[in-house]
Amino acid sequence: MKGETLTRADLAEAVHDEVGLTRQDCAGLVERTLDLVVEALEQGEIVKLSGFGVFQVRAKNARMGRNPKTGEPAAIDPRRVISFRASQVMKARVDGAAEA
Amino acid sequence: MIKSELIAKLANENPHLTQKDVERVVSVIFDRMTDALVKGGRVELRGFGAFSVRARPARAGRNPRTGESVAVRAKAVPFFKSGKELRERLNLGGDA
Repeated sequence: MKGETLTRADLAEAVHDEVGLTRQDCAGLVERTLDLVVEALEQGEIVKLSGFGVFQVRAKNARMGRNPKTGEPAAIDPRRVISFRASQVMKARVDGAAEA
Repeated sequence: MIKSELIAKLANENPHLTQKDVERVVSVIFDRMTDALVKGGRVELRGFGAFSVRARPARAGRNPRTGESVAVRAKAVPFFKSGKELRERLNLGGDA
């Protein structure tokens, strides 16, 4: 089953339909919701959205990697990456399993 | 930050909206994202990231307590890839 791609515009429209605020308000609220998540992550905070999942920033050490195209060794700088762990509820729904 | 804190911040920024409305806004946003994945679709939020569903093949696992081999069936799991802008924002300063 190939589903469709959901975008910001779809989310704003869904909020408009279900909450009944103006389209302009809804677009702004979708944007700010995502921004607030990003801002918290930038501060190094863990973002826990019950029923959805947990976003967390992890620090990666510097390491030697390779340029996959040329095979040459290349240094990879230390960096921060996001990890997302889906909630049990989301995992169970996405897997369509009866368990859990 | 947990969901109620996110709702409180959003409500603070939008004094013309009721707390109840803001709660519903946040629920609709994350519920719709989950629904899209359940239907086998993707969620693409430029600058933030993309959620998709990845197939994990069936494999032979082990019961960690007894060491017995058990069959693990194929699974569909949610996957998030952070967007370019988000990755960049997290790595400002520090290195580079």
